Amino acid sequence: MNYRGSAKKLLESSGISIGDLITIEKDDVTYQGMVLDRSEDADDQHIVLKMDSGYNIGVNISSSNLKLVEKGKKPKLDLKPLTIKEDPAKKDISIISTGGTVASIIDYKTGAVHPAFTAEDLLITNPELRDMANIKGKAICNILSENMKPEYWVKSARSIYDEINEGAYGVVVAHGTDTMHYTSAALSFMLETPVPIVITGAQRSSDRPSSDAFLNLLNSVSAAKSDLAEVMVCMYAGSDDTGCYLHRGTKVRKMHTSRRDTFRSINTAPLACMKEGEIEILPGAKGYNSRGTVELKLNDYLEPDVAFIKSFPGINGEIIDYHLDKGYKGIVLEGTGLGHCPDQLIPSLERAADYQVPVVMTSQCMYGKVNMNVYSTGRRLLKAGVISGGDMLGETAYVKLSWALGHSEKLEEVKKIMETNIAGEIEEKSSLDYFLL
Amino acid sequence: MILIDYGDFMDWEKLGLKMGLEIHQQLDTKSKLFCPCSCNLTDKKADYEILRNLRPTQSELGKIDRAAFQEARRKLRFLYEAYSQETCLVEADEEPPCPLNLEAMELAIVVASLLNMKVMDEFHTMRKQVIDGSNTGGFQRTGLVATHGFLETSQGKVVIENLCLEEDAARRIETTSDGVKFRLDRLGIPLLEITTDPSIHHPEQVKEVAYQLGQVLRSTKVKRGLGTIRQDLNISIRDGARVEVKGVQNLDLMPTMVQREVERQIKLIEIRDTLLKREAQVEDEIFDVKSVFEDTGSKIIASAPAVKGLKLTGFAGLVGMEIQPGRRLGTEFSSYAKKLGVSGIFHTDELPAYGISSREVDRLKDFTGAGAEDAVIIVAHQEEIAQGALEEVKRRALMCFDGVVEETRKALPEGNTEYMRPLPTSSRMYLETDIPTFTITRPQVQKIKNNLPEIPRAKKERMESEYNLSEDLATQLVKRDKVDDFENIMNNLKLDPTVVASLLAYSLRELKRDGHSMDSLDSKTLINALKLLEQDKISKDAISPILIHVSQKNSSPQEAAEALDLLMLKESDVEDIIQKIISQKEDMVKQRGMGSMGPLMGIVMKELKGKADGKLVNKVLKESIQKFL
Ligand SMILES: [Zn+2]
Repeated sequence: MNYRGSAKKLLESSGISIGDLITIEKDDVTYQGMVLDRSEDADDQHIVLKMDSGYNIGVNISSSNLKLVEKGKKPKLDLKPLTIKEDPAKKDISIISTGGTVASIIDYKTGAVHPAFTAEDLLITNPELRDMANIKGKAICNILSENMKPEYWVKSARSIYDEINEGAYGVVVAHGTDTMHYTSAALSFMLETPVPIVITGAQRSSDRPSSDAFLNLLNSVSAAKSDLAEVMVCMYAGSDDTGCYLHRGTKVRKMHTSRRDTFRSINTAPLACMKEGEIEILPGAKGYNSRGTVELKLNDYLEPDVAFIKSFPGINGEIIDYHLDKGYKGIVLEGTGLGHCPDQLIPSLERAADYQVPVVMTSQCMYGKVNMNVYSTGRRLLKAGVISGGDMLGETAYVKLSWALGHSEKLEEVKKIMETNIAGEIEEKSSLDYFLL
Repeated sequence: MILIDYGDFMDWEKLGLKMGLEIHQQLDTKSKLFCPCSCNLTDKKADYEILRNLRPTQSELGKIDRAAFQEARRKLRFLYEAYSQETCLVEADEEPPCPLNLEAMELAIVVASLLNMKVMDEFHTMRKQVIDGSNTGGFQRTGLVATHGFLETSQGKVVIENLCLEEDAARRIETTSDGVKFRLDRLGIPLLEITTDPSIHHPEQVKEVAYQLGQVLRSTKVKRGLGTIRQDLNISIRDGARVEVKGVQNLDLMPTMVQREVERQIKLIEIRDTLLKREAQVEDEIFDVKSVFEDTGSKIIASAPAVKGLKLTGFAGLVGMEIQPGRRLGTEFSSYAKKLGVSGIFHTDELPAYGISSREVDRLKDFTGAGAEDAVIIVAHQEEIAQGALEEVKRRALMCFDGVVEETRKALPEGNTEYMRPLPTSSRMYLETDIPTFTITRPQVQKIKNNLPEIPRAKKERMESEYNLSEDLATQLVKRDKVDDFENIMNNLKLDPTVVASLLAYSLRELKRDGHSMDSLDSKTLINALKLLEQDKISKDAISPILIHVSQKNSSPQEAAEALDLLMLKESDVEDIIQKIISQKEDMVKQRGMGSMGPLMGIVMKELKGKADGKLVNKVLKESIQKFL
């Protein structure tokens, strides 16, 4: 229980635990209700009751007399077990969950929201999925998206590798949205795949009737059955509940803090549009890998000590120096405009080159290519050994640099990897279409 | 069949009539409850239309809420009209809510205090599941502010159980075959929900409670006008069941509505008893009766791809039985069927009719094996819809064996009610985790309690005692919201309260009624006009013409009085005029002496055109005659 201090003491001394039906007598009023737990960050002066009407209230404990009416049963999540029969006519799709709650179950009695992780929970809350495929579920970790670390990318890649190896026709990864595009980029570099790998999540929590989780999941399972053997992100295309886009895992970014259609393809167009489980491959999806054309391969070496630094008008070389001194193996610098940073950074960047630490330049503009040949600052940066990130997203470049450094420590080789298109992260040609899509 | 002659005839106590009232009132705050948008409705063309579907979520027992499930079955698509300025991402369910609107919370505590309620120590915002599309999130945000209040009525105390502060729902604009269209302008306007306990026991008492609650609400900052207050009524009798009637607009209709609902419940109980006596049954089979109507004269049936029938054994005569004026048991069946998208049903109690021949009725009965005591219900529509509609009728027909069923019903204009949906179960709420809990400290509550607005009745009584106004004038001042203006004037000027009150309560209204716009008339101008009266510069009859002139010409009251030649004359001017008249009528004055007072008074007053006080004229005239003689 989360109660602490005075409230906890009072509950304990009155022999009352969470779930009990009690009365709280005050000078002028008596409340009756079921004791609920309190959020961890709340004060210790109130006890939360769920009234018969369903409302929660907080009752101040000062001059309160607590009386037990009825001992409560410990509320437990009691889902009826499902007997899931495999249907040989349906494809086997694996759903791997990393902790984003794509499904959750509300206990209306206590108001608690239980995240659902197992395939069974998923199928209970989204029974329609059963009509689409034989779903196999696996929860590999349970962490918030913002707490994702490169080591979890590796863990995810290995699980996906195993699933495909064991015959999965496609894999869906349920993921929190905050860092989904980092993970999608990482999986794009680490896995060469003969089947679709689709990453999805929800911007509206799945306990609400308006959640985007269901449609995202439905379309993801459908995408996992498609011909697109790529690592992709499947999220809402617009604010409407009409469809999702499939974005290339290396060219997608979370662009809004809260909207459903937050994920946008940057410097490319979405690969496909999903409507009610039907896929429409878009003209922009040129050169995608068809199912079965690539052999499954896992390249999961990552160098975790890579820094991702944003340039700003007042920045000075100390920040670069700090990372060099701390032993970072690579730096992605998100510069301004065509790929610039203030002059005062150049000595530190030269020092990085001396240390054989690659520095990759991307742009804060996000849209468009880095080109350091146009202005003198850019040319000085090139001279200092800064590697151009092309039209790569900063986040993608950061992930790619970790991966490149996992493969080689040689500056020249890393440079070559960074400048070579590995997983669709670099587009040579900038189409007029690719802006604010 | 004879309908019950209701009215005072019914013995409410014997019937065990119990009623509860639930009132929803929009607050007139600067912004919405959980976002900075204004609380005004708009008729502008929408800048955006957003398409959404709602999905019921599952509770721990795997049991979806009854009402939620019902809505989900309709598989409606919802279209939301949104605006770039008038609404924001919060209403569109694309952004978490902003912190609670403190102005709304304060108003809620004011009303709670006026209703003698106990205010919570801590306010928790809840999500109440509503998946009819009226809330983009699929839930309404609501929280309990106060409990344990009461109201005195002429028929005893009524307990005010709960006062909740919640968001208003989106506005339903139209329903098409494609789904329902809502406008987001109303979504999120702060709303007070006030519920009484079900102890109201007389149809007239419920009206009184509603009236009093309205009075209390109107003493604070609430919205006025159509749709800003909504009343729901819970009605049950001892052997009946709780029925919630939504959207009772007219207070005067409340007693009638109660009477008609009681009548409906009595009839349903009668029907139950008859069914049990007849050992009636609802047959499981749904027949395909298309072949019965091969060359039918009914256009509806002829054009429908499928015609389905349901046999109700032992229901003959009961389906057509009137349970409310103009509404039969069949109407109840029909309301259930309509939820599946059909426009209505046919039943054998009303046939032959509507182009269906008696031969077809006989064939229908033969086909389904129905005898004289049985009824057959038919629905003509697409296969799947007709089937679903009859399943609904079957479900409703089975409920007849329980007598009255718990339902949410819609108030119809003439006092009847129509089925809307099952009563929601109570398991629809969980905590809104996006909004922190809100502590209401006791000093805050005390401060609000020390500054409570006067409720209308107290205000009226004070007007009578403090200013010696008639009950009628006091009532009008309160009703027309003129008490503040009145007191402001009385604090500034020494005038007869009755004169001022009748100006505010009646004269202004008459001017408006005569087509004079009084919009530009502020209290300062009014005080300036009345100041002329206080200083005896004008007569009280001059006020109306002056105000008309002021509003038309945008002049000051003084200027208006001058322009209209309504300023009172000074004593010396009066003397001059009287002197002039005496010299004109010299002969008469000489002849009749003081006896000429009477005739002269008439001539003088005519000349003065009311610009001098009669008493003054009388005095000056008397003196002047004496002097002359
Ligand atoms: Zn808003």
